[in-house]
Amino acid sequence: MAEAQIESKVHGLGHSRKRVEDARFIRGQGNYIDDFKLPGMLFLDIVRSPYAHAKIKAIHTEKAMATPGVLAVIDGPTLQKYNVHNMPTLMSDTQMVLPIDTVKYQYQEVAAVLATDRYTAADGVAAVEVDYEPLPVVVDPFKALEPGAVKVRDDKESNHIWHWEWGDKAVADQDFDNAEVKVKENIYIPRIHVSSIETCGCVAKWDPVNTHLTLWMTTQAPHAIRTVVALITGHLGLSEEKIRIISPDIGGGFGGKVPAYPGYVIAVAASIVTGVPVKWIEDRTENLAADSFGRDYHITAELAGKKDGTLTSLRFKTIADHGYTDAAANPSKFPAGLFHICTGSYTFHSAFVEVDGVYTNKPPGGIAYRCSFRVTEAVHAIERMADVFAHEVGMDPAEFRMKNFVKPEQFPYKSALGWEYDSGNYEGALRKAMDMIGYEDLRKEQEEKRARGEFMGIGISSFTEIVGAGPSKHFDILGLKMFDSCEIRVHPTGKAIARFGTKSQGQGHETTYAQIIAEELGIPAEHIKVEEGDTDTAPYGLGTYASRSTPVAGAAAAIASRKIRDKAKKIAAHLLEANEDDLEWETGRFFVKGSPDQGKTIQEIAFAAYTNHPQGMEAGLEAVDYYDPPNLTYPFGSYICVVDIDRGTGQVKIRRFVAVDDCGVRINPMIVEGQIHGGLTMGFAPALMEEITYDENGNIHGANFMDYLLPTAVETPKWELGETVTPSPHHPIGAKGVGESATVGAPAAIANAVVDALWHLGVRNIDIPITARKVWEVLNAHGATLEE
Amino acid sequence: MSKHHISVTINGKTHEADVESRLLLVHFLRENLNMTGTHIGCDTTSCGACTVQLNGKPVKSCTVLAVQADGMEVKTVEGLASNGKLHPIQEAFHEKHGLQCGYCTPGMMMTSSALLEQNPHPTEDEIRQGISGNLCRCTGYTNIVKAVQYAADKMAEGG
Repeated sequence: MAEAQIESKVHGLGHSRKRVEDARFIRGQGNYIDDFKLPGMLFLDIVRSPYAHAKIKAIHTEKAMATPGVLAVIDGPTLQKYNVHNMPTLMSDTQMVLPIDTVKYQYQEVAAVLATDRYTAADGVAAVEVDYEPLPVVVDPFKALEPGAVKVRDDKESNHIWHWEWGDKAVADQDFDNAEVKVKENIYIPRIHVSSIETCGCVAKWDPVNTHLTLWMTTQAPHAIRTVVALITGHLGLSEEKIRIISPDIGGGFGGKVPAYPGYVIAVAASIVTGVPVKWIEDRTENLAADSFGRDYHITAELAGKKDGTLTSLRFKTIADHGYTDAAANPSKFPAGLFHICTGSYTFHSAFVEVDGVYTNKPPGGIAYRCSFRVTEAVHAIERMADVFAHEVGMDPAEFRMKNFVKPEQFPYKSALGWEYDSGNYEGALRKAMDMIGYEDLRKEQEEKRARGEFMGIGISSFTEIVGAGPSKHFDILGLKMFDSCEIRVHPTGKAIARFGTKSQGQGHETTYAQIIAEELGIPAEHIKVEEGDTDTAPYGLGTYASRSTPVAGAAAAIASRKIRDKAKKIAAHLLEANEDDLEWETGRFFVKGSPDQGKTIQEIAFAAYTNHPQGMEAGLEAVDYYDPPNLTYPFGSYICVVDIDRGTGQVKIRRFVAVDDCGVRINPMIVEGQIHGGLTMGFAPALMEEITYDENGNIHGANFMDYLLPTAVETPKWELGETVTPSPHHPIGAKGVGESATVGAPAAIANAVVDALWHLGVRNIDIPITARKVWEVLNAHGATLEE
Repeated sequence: MSKHHISVTINGKTHEADVESRLLLVHFLRENLNMTGTHIGCDTTSCGACTVQLNGKPVKSCTVLAVQADGMEVKTVEGLASNGKLHPIQEAFHEKHGLQCGYCTPGMMMTSSALLEQNPHPTEDEIRQGISGNLCRCTGYTNIVKAVQYAADKMAEGG
């Protein structure tokens, strides 16, 4: 059979294979956390604080306990008896599970009610009466740093958590002193929430006879959670072999299901104490108001360069608002994540970046919102500033980017802040986007419209991402190295099962991982079953976030397949009575060089591995690989957005949005495009709609979907996609990861388009979300509004 | 709390039950009848994950009391396929990659299949308006719109 025919038959790389997962989801047969129901299961609901900072004087439980069906009210002192009232965050800070005497943010967990069903549990919550003594509140991180500010943490010296800096300050300062052109803007990247449509929850089942815990939970990182649970509860005898974490179907993650939340811990404690299964499911308000937020970075960004448009230096200074505890989900050595990717797609002589973490009376977090560890913050700042600099020196933003891009021949490229970019062709992606959208014509149209008093803008974002953490030399979470894994077992009949340390939340791993293995082994993808999420069966891995599944676990799939192929070759040589060196591989079979008819298929070899393997060789055909990537991957792209601004209302209308992405080799083009559509929409949302704010007393604005606006199909633009392919040179199949690129790159394109439309008025920056009201106020301040 | 006897026909089968007056239809389906295909995503009638059809019209079942459904016909995602054959909207979501995590999918299909009953040949803008009561966080709606168009074509062909 011709190789091309076999390849299309196995549904390997590059095939838009329809998804395996869909069969259950389109029938309503997914298994999400709230679908689990165990005999005797109790329901847990949580009493939360109405105050952002208060002393708890008393918790009155009598009325709650008198409610039929309410079995217990659990408070901080109850948990303190077992020393599980506090838990460590992923950044080695401390987070209360339930408070002993003080609450630090609105909607913080105060107590938990255990009842026979969810309605009764809610009745119990309503009947718990708590006496609070309100305390002064600080919500602004700048005020939190002032002398005499309200102290958020009793166990800390001040509200300043940490200072982190990177780069050569002296050289950067010198470059700034010598610069012909300097630009500076304050850019705020607001607090937002991932808002997966499924909230968080768990079912904890303690088996008192076998002293074993099974915890079904909404987690993107089941193995890491198991180890953390063992570390927290080891003193109670709950050692790691007695813990099984199962992450079932996950209704969207986007980073929000990486951390451990207090509800999980309380549910586990409740199951252990009662000996029956306990379910805890958040409602939407709890999810928005108390689960980890994303972003909240106050950036002062400066660029220096020459009048001819050449960039020379960058200085970014950032205040990071972490809320009451640093519960960010970053690699442990990087408190500001990978923010130092902020030199972006450009060459600089020098750069210096510093970030200070601050406590405030707001919920904890600092997780990524569909991005790899603070990369959106970095990309938004550099791409906004690139436009500011270009306009300042009177250059077209596209021409300016072309001038300053890292050139294709410079890869692998060491950035001014020390990253080694693996591969790229930034000019190629921007050129393609410009061709697709008709850039030159749009600029002409803009001129004509401006002359007529109509405001349209064109915004570019030529982003570089950094994903696939990561090399274990630098990357760990609580000491756990950030490798990932794949175990493949080929059955005697030539079918296979593959298990991974990652966990899909909609990315389609059951489909795409099988395609990688199909490509490598020639076993049709539909004969390969993929499993994830059960710590008792899957090999250890750090999980799915930061676009790391394809770069790390996908690489493990390729390498494990190649280990199997190596053994298969030995078996084929035995079957063909040939020398191993005389065998050649084509997709799905080994054959004797020069005699293509003499060969053995992978299925024949698999059968022999169990029935007729060579003397002295172990039976079976399986392999496991724990892949430690040699470098991160650097997906990139160029987005161009065209907006029209209504001078009467300030409404921004996205007329067109072209997205050219380069994520290296594409495993499944259909799924890649789906990831980009979704990513773009989660870039559009914070650019124009989403923000969580607080009043001066720490009351949240945006704790439900009527106040926190997710885009519907009506607001969402019609995306136009393009691609270039620049393989990663170090990844076994050349792939780079794509789940988050669009969320990272899109906001700056939109913001740049709006500022581009208004630059001639003197507008230099508008912070996202760019609401109609904000734009109207800017127009009004410049006398540019129009009455209807 | 007082209980009420209700009789609701769900996917063609009649269910009798004594329920509390406050019981939501979505919980009646999920908790009482173990029909977990209908999901819950918010508390404010915003997300549409819980959408079912009540006497043929899409409703958010988190905002309907079980007692209000007394004597009515409810169709859920579990009732979309008939005699083992997928509804064209189910086929379409699969064919056009109209789902990722799958959580909003049942509600999205109940809304869009009702839309197609009412308007068999919707324009793209009509589809976008029609599904604007259902939130999806994964797909950016692009492929959902394509799926509804695909299903419209299939249904026109009699598929």
